[in-house]
Amino acid sequence: MPEHKSTSTRKLTLYVAGETPRSLSAVANLERIVGEHFPGQYEIEVVDLKKNPKLAREHDIIAIPTLVRELPVPLRKIIGDLSNEEKVLVSLRLEAEK
Amino acid sequence: MAEAAGIAKSPTGISGFDDLTLGGLPTGRPTLVCGSAGCGKTLFAATFLIHGARDFDEPGVFVTFEERPVDIVSNVASLGFQLDKLIDDEKVVIEHIAVDPAELAEIGDYDLEGLFMRLELAIDSIGAKRVVLDTIESLFSAFSNPAILRAEIRRLFDWLKDRGMTTVITAERGDGTLTRQGLEEYVSDCVLLLDHRVENQISTRRLRIVKYRGTAHGTNEYPFLIDRDGFSVLPVSSLGLNHKVFEERISSGVADLDAMLSGGGFHRGSSILISGVAGSGKSSLAATFVNAACQNGRALYLSFEESAAQSVRNMRSIGLDLETSLNNGRLKFVSARPTFYSLEMHLAVMLRDVHNFKPDLVVLDPISAFLDTGDRLEVQSMLLRMVDYLKNNGITAIFTHLMHSQDGNVATDAGLSSLMDAWILMLNREANGEFNRELYLLKARGTAHSNQVREFVMSDSGIYLLPPYLGENGALTGSSRRAEEAKMRRGEARRRAEVARVRGQMEQRRRKVQAQIVALQAELDADEIELSAAIAAEDDYLAQATRDRTEMEGSRKAVADDHDA
Repeated sequence: MPEHKSTSTRKLTLYVAGETPRSLSAVANLERIVGEHFPGQYEIEVVDLKKNPKLAREHDIIAIPTLVRELPVPLRKIIGDLSNEEKVLVSLRLEAEK
Repeated sequence: MAEAAGIAKSPTGISGFDDLTLGGLPTGRPTLVCGSAGCGKTLFAATFLIHGARDFDEPGVFVTFEERPVDIVSNVASLGFQLDKLIDDEKVVIEHIAVDPAELAEIGDYDLEGLFMRLELAIDSIGAKRVVLDTIESLFSAFSNPAILRAEIRRLFDWLKDRGMTTVITAERGDGTLTRQGLEEYVSDCVLLLDHRVENQISTRRLRIVKYRGTAHGTNEYPFLIDRDGFSVLPVSSLGLNHKVFEERISSGVADLDAMLSGGGFHRGSSILISGVAGSGKSSLAATFVNAACQNGRALYLSFEESAAQSVRNMRSIGLDLETSLNNGRLKFVSARPTFYSLEMHLAVMLRDVHNFKPDLVVLDPISAFLDTGDRLEVQSMLLRMVDYLKNNGITAIFTHLMHSQDGNVATDAGLSSLMDAWILMLNREANGEFNRELYLLKARGTAHSNQVREFVMSDSGIYLLPPYLGENGALTGSSRRAEEAKMRRGEARRRAEVARVRGQMEQRRRKVQAQIVALQAELDADEIELSAAIAAEDDYLAQATRDRTEMEGSRKAVADDHDA
């Protein structure tokens, strides 16, 4: 399954607002999916906008939680708690295979 | 700002709107402004925000979901607002929330906390009191889960309410509903509907207050304008029949006409209808009113047929100098074709002109021009509102009305007579091959007036009225009147000559009789002389006889004495 092991590490940024159950589950879901399916390919950064609200404007974040993958282009945003593993995989893999 | 009703209001600074709502939008509550595309929602919202920031010291946040901030700045610049300066002064913040559905995937549960945080940041950065959300519905095209979106929008409105933000939310009009996404469900305080209708290729903007909790409001549609003076609403139909009443009289500029009214003129604030067929002198009479008003006040002439220059030239021919008044600012002339705007728009423009110019007298010349552009009822309602507005402000109004026939039928096409305080009927009657102008004061509320038809004469020294010739053959005007008058003069001369002749005869007879008297007197005198001569002769005779007898007796006695001795 991990066909693209050679690709260099890419960054996934997950924007959350405080430690809400939804945020926590999004973080957990993301870590699990990446760990299971794309080990070593992605570096995960969790940004709590409650601590730095200006970033919301800077990165144009509206929905919480939002997962942003800036590279490879185009920029990709996934919103929601990432509870549907299939969809997350499709979303990330499609982009990754391009 | 608090009203008697208890609801605090924030003025929008939109002229007319604040009067209409008795103060503005509900403070600290959301107001929904809905309408179809291009009806002015964004401008309404922007005006509310800018006025707040500039005039009422209430900084504001403009959240735009559609237009870019630069576009908004340049759009409102066309209304004369310097939004960029307000932004520099930290009175206004434009928060652009762009959502591109193409780069977005939704997986699982989410909320719009990011939007809240950005809004909160913007509000706190300038201490905002007002918020505009334009147009929040665009979120529905960006996010595919309406359940979440609705819950979040409801939460957003509640949150704004909790923060005490006076908010304007714009929304697109839907089919059969106020808004496409049913946002009116979430806004219970104030809902405004803007409309932009095109009828007979003429567009009109209208505003309606669908709902305003805690405030008595009119449910009518009010026309509004967006032009270089900004956004203005005309709450004309909110006026009632509680006009001020003036005892003061104004001159019509025609002394003869003033004299027809007891008290010497029309009441100030009257609405005066001048109706007549083509060429009966309606505009000229209106112009004399204007000229009289300009002597010590201001007049506004709204012409729907002639340009200012044309009127000035035409009125010079009857000795009226309107140019001086135009130049010294006492007279303002506004010309517009009836088809130039819709009725509502005309009304709105006229009212704005009246409001800004503050004249003592307004002329609408002619109102019949509107009948071609609109429905009778609409024309009537427009004029009603115009009359009410002018009356309320103590402005005398002159309306001219072109009648198509004068065959005893004095009803105006627009059914206006009941709106008018005075009605001057101008007739142009044909008799003996010529048309003569006549004027009749059909009605003048509250003023006793002459019931006579007067001949209306326009000369280069002005307008004057002649009492008609009332002869055996009825009232006559024009040359038949002059003929009748000449006939009368001839008859008079004839009668005078007759009298002179009779008087001469009398004199002669008197002299003749006197001569006879003298002759008879002379005869009498002669007889008397004769008589006294005869009497004198008789006396002489008697005296002589006595004397003779005495002498005789004397001589006889002497004889007798001798004898006795």
